[in-house]
Amino acid sequence: MWTRRVWLGLRASAGGRRGFPSKADPQGSRRVTAELIEHLERLALVDFGSQEAVARLEKAIAFADRLRAVDTDGVEPMESVLEDRCLYLRSDNVVEGNCAEELLQNSHHVVEEYFVAPPEKHMEITPFCLWTPPSKHR
Amino acid sequence: MATPVLRWCCPGRRWVFAGIGGVSRHGRGVPTGSTSSGKRGQSSVAQQPLITAQKPRKGEREWAAVVGLEIHAQIASNSKLFSGSQVDFAAPPNSLVSFFDASLPGTLPVLNRRCVEAAVMTGLALDCHINRRSLFDRKHYFYADLPAGYQITQQRLPIAVNGSLVYSVCVGKRRSQMVTKTAGVKQIQLEQDSGKSLHDSLRSQTLIDLNRAGVGLLEVVLEPDMSCGEEAAAAIRELQLILQALGTSQANMAEGQLRVDANISVHNPGEPLGVRTEVKNLNSARFLAKAIDYEIQRQINELENGGKILNETRSFDYKLGCTVPMRDKEGKQDYRFMPEPNLPPLLLYDSESLPTGTDPQQVINIDQLREQLPELPRVTREKLVQQYGMLPEHSFALLNEVGLLEFFQNVIKETRAEPKKVTSWVLNTFLGFLKQQNLAVSESPVTPSALAELLDLLDRKAISSSAAKQVFQELWRSKGKTPAQIVAEKKLELMQDAEALEQLCRSTLEAHPQVVTDVKKGNPRAINKLIGLVRRATLGRADPTVIKEVLERQLSL
Repeated sequence: MWTRRVWLGLRASAGGRRGFPSKADPQGSRRVTAELIEHLERLALVDFGSQEAVARLEKAIAFADRLRAVDTDGVEPMESVLEDRCLYLRSDNVVEGNCAEELLQNSHHVVEEYFVAPPEKHMEITPFCLWTPPSKHR
Repeated sequence: MATPVLRWCCPGRRWVFAGIGGVSRHGRGVPTGSTSSGKRGQSSVAQQPLITAQKPRKGEREWAAVVGLEIHAQIASNSKLFSGSQVDFAAPPNSLVSFFDASLPGTLPVLNRRCVEAAVMTGLALDCHINRRSLFDRKHYFYADLPAGYQITQQRLPIAVNGSLVYSVCVGKRRSQMVTKTAGVKQIQLEQDSGKSLHDSLRSQTLIDLNRAGVGLLEVVLEPDMSCGEEAAAAIRELQLILQALGTSQANMAEGQLRVDANISVHNPGEPLGVRTEVKNLNSARFLAKAIDYEIQRQINELENGGKILNETRSFDYKLGCTVPMRDKEGKQDYRFMPEPNLPPLLLYDSESLPTGTDPQQVINIDQLREQLPELPRVTREKLVQQYGMLPEHSFALLNEVGLLEFFQNVIKETRAEPKKVTSWVLNTFLGFLKQQNLAVSESPVTPSALAELLDLLDRKAISSSAAKQVFQELWRSKGKTPAQIVAEKKLELMQDAEALEQLCRSTLEAHPQVVTDVKKGNPRAINKLIGLVRRATLGRADPTVIKEVLERQLSL
């Protein structure tokens, strides 16, 4: 975690610049601000890990932005690629369940037949690392 | 009787706060929760000088409160919303959990037809517009009892919108009149319930039971059309009765099948609405009104003392009787709504648009559901009033207790007595006994047949009404005996022998010449003495009016 704090501090001290301009950026700056990174990290429990990860994120956004080049005025947006499929309706019968033992095997820590989670305040959530730096040796 | 400082009149409640020099309301201590009981004359600020004026005086600010409700009702279905595991209240932990409910990878949601029908029926009963096309979304947040990390709900396009809930509140000095009110129904949506977490503070851990995870919920959002706790409670009660009548939810708050969150704000009439707080954990019918009224009170106090209302989430603490701030959030919760990619849009049809040649199991016809709707409580009450000539309040009372209406109707079927008599006996005597011993109608020792027989005896004038009450008491105590048996045992029959009665009267008159003189002198109360004497002589088995008749005749009055 300390590495994150360090580079956050670096970012903040870099002349007060809050964002990272995207290199390939025809639309003007679409900065991914430090606040947005923190917000995303908290919401999605991911760890951006480093400046390179953020840059990669910005590149991904710029890449997706090319969709805007298509004129979609007057075109009804799709809900999903499944939208012309039929939503299957299941009959209200009990056909599953009764597999507590099997399910509990998935958990490290169980008490009687309950899953165990740490209490909210002390929840040590290990963020899922979104991006790992590329291997140095090729 | 201390006139409360805060006073309101429902409908269109106005809350008046008398800003009397420098008394801080914050130091009120633990509120008794009875701040809403202006009508009963109790006040938790009894030390205040009395305000008796009806109109707000100079220096007083009028306040209006605005209450909106979000209700989550568990759908009464056999299996869950998106999986085939069972819905049940009490079962061994994690025994009613499928792989999908546990959010194991590779599982997909499959919509339960019964839940859709329940949503449509509820929407129809609340006069909503049913969206022929509705969509499912994911609402993301992390909590231990939400294994997927998101809840499937209907945020963009719910299944039903724009309806109304009609309910009634008691008004008037003796709370005997009923006034009809309406609360708009903003929308009804289908969503998943979460699992249950039990906090074990001793070992600093949380135990998770996923039995409830994935159970279908109907979220009913009511517009902020209510102005106080009592109105909110009445609206909730009516919604409960509707859901129970439809069979779409058992709506039992004690079992967590009906959960209510309230959005509350206050403002000065004529000015824009104030900042609202959300009060969660209102899961008791008893405390619902108190909690809402407390929060309204708290907000008024805060604003009157120059403070600000934060747009926050609060919880009602039943033990303390007050609302407390709940979540420690840095900023608003961002749920990152996105369309549920595994579910196509939900399409509903009516008789016109029903596609031909499709499996009936796979299509839902709104018109068909409308035709099959059971009778709504409002209609049942109207029928009772029309058919039996009872007051609206009585019809409410009959529907308010589980099984009472059926009991009443069974008695009516079997007795010749007048409906008004039956109504009075059921609502006063019968219900009184039930409440005294805290029994449900189903636990009553007196059957409808027994009461019907008793009322027949009364109707035939075979017994007096005081004797009838005695018989009822005995019926309650000793199971198996019929009213006729009890009457015979206790010799409670009214004297049918006119000759014997005449004889008794004459002998009483002879035995009390002084009283006879008093009567003849014109003393109106003297005759009552004679009646009493005769009654005692008949061991209470003669009707006082009949006695009076006989005596008057014998005295040639």
